Amino acid sequence: MKKMASSLEIASINKRFGKGEKSVEVLSHIDIQVAPGEFLILVGPSGCGKSTLLNIIAGLDEPTEGEVRIGGRNVVGMPARDRDIAMVFQSYALYPTMSVADNIGFALEMRKMPRPERQQRIAEVAAMLQITHLLDRRPSQLSGGQRQRVAMGRALARQPQLFLFDEPLSNLDAKLRVEMRAEIKRLHLASGITSVYVTHDQVEAMTLGSRIAVMKDGVVQQLGTPDEIYNHPANTYVATFIGSPTMNLLRGETVDGQFCTRGVKLDLAGPGAANEVLLGVRPEHLLLRDDAPFRGQVSVVEPTGPDTYVVVDTPAGTVTLRTDAQVRVRPGDAVGLALEARHAHWFDAASEARL
Amino acid sequence: MKTSFESWLPRLVVAPAFVLGFAFIYGLMVWNGVLSFSASRMLPNYEWVGLEQYEKLWAIDRWWVALKNLGIFGVGYVGGALALGVTLAILLDQKIRAEGTLRTIYLYPMALSFIVTGTAWKWLLNPGMGIEKMVRDWGFESFRFDWLVDSDMAIYCVVIAGLWQSAGFVMALFLAGLRGIDDSIIKAAQVDGASLPRIYWRIVLPALRPVFFSTLMVLSHLAIKSFDLVMALTAGGPGFATDVPATFMYTMSFTRGQIGLGAASATMMLATVAALVVPYLYSELRTKPHDER
Amino acid sequence: MTNAKTFLSPGRVLVYALLLAAAAFFLLPLYAMLVTSFKDVEEIRTSQLLALPQGLNWRAWVVAWSEACTGVDCNGLRPFFWNSLSMTVPAVLISTVWGALNGYVLSLWKFRGSDTLFSLLLFGVFMPFQVVLLPMSQVLGWLGLSSSIAGLVLVHCLAGLAGTTLFFRNYYSAIPAELLKAARMDGAGFWQIFWRIVLPLSTPIVMVTLIWQFTNIWNDFLFGVVFSGTDSKPITVGLNNLANTSSSVKAYNVDMAAAIIAGLPTMLIYAIAGKFFVRGLTAGAVKG
Repeated sequence: MKKMASSLEIASINKRFGKGEKSVEVLSHIDIQVAPGEFLILVGPSGCGKSTLLNIIAGLDEPTEGEVRIGGRNVVGMPARDRDIAMVFQSYALYPTMSVADNIGFALEMRKMPRPERQQRIAEVAAMLQITHLLDRRPSQLSGGQRQRVAMGRALARQPQLFLFDEPLSNLDAKLRVEMRAEIKRLHLASGITSVYVTHDQVEAMTLGSRIAVMKDGVVQQLGTPDEIYNHPANTYVATFIGSPTMNLLRGETVDGQFCTRGVKLDLAGPGAANEVLLGVRPEHLLLRDDAPFRGQVSVVEPTGPDTYVVVDTPAGTVTLRTDAQVRVRPGDAVGLALEARHAHWFDAASEARL
Repeated sequence: MKTSFESWLPRLVVAPAFVLGFAFIYGLMVWNGVLSFSASRMLPNYEWVGLEQYEKLWAIDRWWVALKNLGIFGVGYVGGALALGVTLAILLDQKIRAEGTLRTIYLYPMALSFIVTGTAWKWLLNPGMGIEKMVRDWGFESFRFDWLVDSDMAIYCVVIAGLWQSAGFVMALFLAGLRGIDDSIIKAAQVDGASLPRIYWRIVLPALRPVFFSTLMVLSHLAIKSFDLVMALTAGGPGFATDVPATFMYTMSFTRGQIGLGAASATMMLATVAALVVPYLYSELRTKPHDER
Repeated sequence: MTNAKTFLSPGRVLVYALLLAAAAFFLLPLYAMLVTSFKDVEEIRTSQLLALPQGLNWRAWVVAWSEACTGVDCNGLRPFFWNSLSMTVPAVLISTVWGALNGYVLSLWKFRGSDTLFSLLLFGVFMPFQVVLLPMSQVLGWLGLSSSIAGLVLVHCLAGLAGTTLFFRNYYSAIPAELLKAARMDGAGFWQIFWRIVLPLSTPIVMVTLIWQFTNIWNDFLFGVVFSGTDSKPITVGLNNLANTSSSVKAYNVDMAAAIIAGLPTMLIYAIAGKFFVRGLTAGAVKG
């Protein structure tokens, strides 16, 4: 099923609604290069513009400015049907009055592929997705997971240059979602088709993507690999969006070379900047240390099996840390908190950007 | 993104509907208006006479009778159908056995033409042969029910026949509305100690305001358009005691050779309906979002 | 309501009593018509209104169908029945198909101004047709269609346009947007989407529209009496003429038989497919 994968270039895309003073900019200067065969994730909260961007790539919407190049060719202005793109939708969007086989083969029918060839392609795809036994059924007779497979089969059968996924797993229950995530990853490996995947779920983003674009208010906040996004977030938004429980942010300033928050000096060298800064530290990097100067009182202890989350009230606010299940603390205990310098993320308090 | 072909094809497909539809609705409406400002009598004569036809219209006794009858019929028909229909709906909502059968019985009159209804009720209301005779045969020798031939009461016969036809419709709408009300609100009220009639009055009926308004709208415009029923039941008689604007218009335009006058009366009917319907449509449509796919 | 009472309380008895009284009210005319139609004139005069006929005398029915006088002619309702049929069937089919196409465009292929135009068209559902009678007579004259069945068909199609479009537009608006996106991405065009995806989903609304239109057009009197000629009068006009023909002895049994004949087609449809009829009523009115 492998064929030559195409590149995707999103070049200076802007999208505005309305005119003049009352216009709303939904997408601002989006510039993303996707290499052939890459799996790009667009992640962000509702309203951040990710679905609009996906629709623009698909040809279901037009940008106000900018170009979209598939395999080097600008497709803006070209109707969706001519772009050689396949899309998988959140609601699966299967044709209710057609059989599974006809659903999968519909696009091929529209392109006037001869029947024998079509049937062979359908059979191949069905085998790949393990839905051969469902080919004669109607969508209403299938479970959620089965429908999602059919939806993917419909996309795969097209052998397109580009795959687009619009929050395909949001309608599935948690367990099924985990299974289907692995399925999608497997299929991507097998087919090698360049893909763009939209989701609001940061776990999906981290596990599926080769690169992630975190979006907010129509702007790409950061574009990078999962590792870069997680370990070198470009601003506090990205830092708090990815990672659960959320990264802890402490406001303070550098005093005599050390980071100081609410009058408490941490055993930590400050970043040297003159302004107020935000110290970001992930829950798993916060340590309990009896002799630490920064102290607080445990308010909640949440055992989750392998780990325990401990919520601590400190003078600088509430922080959450993740520790081993073995560690024994109780609500009301007084504890000291510390962290290693290499795990500190520094952000300018005003601009929220990384220092 | 659509190709230019794709953009134009839908417009092309729907164009005949808009062109012909608007011509039929608005074009003819305007033409009728023109006729109402003309000197037309037996045949159209496009000599402009200003408001002369309208002055003539408002000077005719018969037109005032028609208007009065419209008022009586309107209130009686709309009010009666609403009262009866809502009552039936509430009664049927009480988990009745044979509900389906009863619903069918209440609704079947709507499947009939007003002419059939009029013909049937003409028989029933026939003094000497219909209900009057029936009750007398039962022993009430001095029972009188000759409204149909009584100039003052005949219009009420039209009311009875009309609400017989339409009460089922009101019932169907309100029953659907009642069924759509969230049970938990009712239960909460019962737990709070409210009696059933009070629950209906204070909670259920207020929740049905949208249904009420749309029913009111449909019934009102049916009342204004009432032509078939009157023609079949009384033919506007005795004399013109049960004339309504619709029958007035027909008689003037097609029997009396007074096209200009007829057109003027039609315009008045239009104005009445528009006054009712346009605000309603406007408020209904304003709340719906307009979007392009 | 949730309380299912299993015992007969006074309240419950009252409810049933009222419902049955109402049922009697609604059935009275039909019953009276039926029994009267089977009596001969003498029996009508001497028996009670609600008394059952002594025997099933079909004479009145035969007269009503083929011998009764409807003005100048005395051929019963039969010619009018066929007139109505040849008017109603084409009008119903055309207006339904037209409404489907319009509804399809106005819900799934909206363009700038399409919603406004539709709102303007909507007035056609409410407007009093008195206002188009005079001009339309002229138009039919120009088209050479006055006093013809074809002319009636044309008028009914135009008059029904707003209503059928409304039905289909509202119904198709419920089709999920993603389904159409998928179809467009798969390469389906305007007609293909209509034919392969939308139409197969349309059975309920088509049924509702067909029944609604048939009932309205068959039952119409206004257009029938204004626009028809000697050979094109529909059955409603025939019935009205028949019932209002003053002859020496009023044959009420014939009148009643004729009324039932005229009302039979729509009543049959109601009996068979009543639920679609009700859906049409509630859909049309509630959505305005």
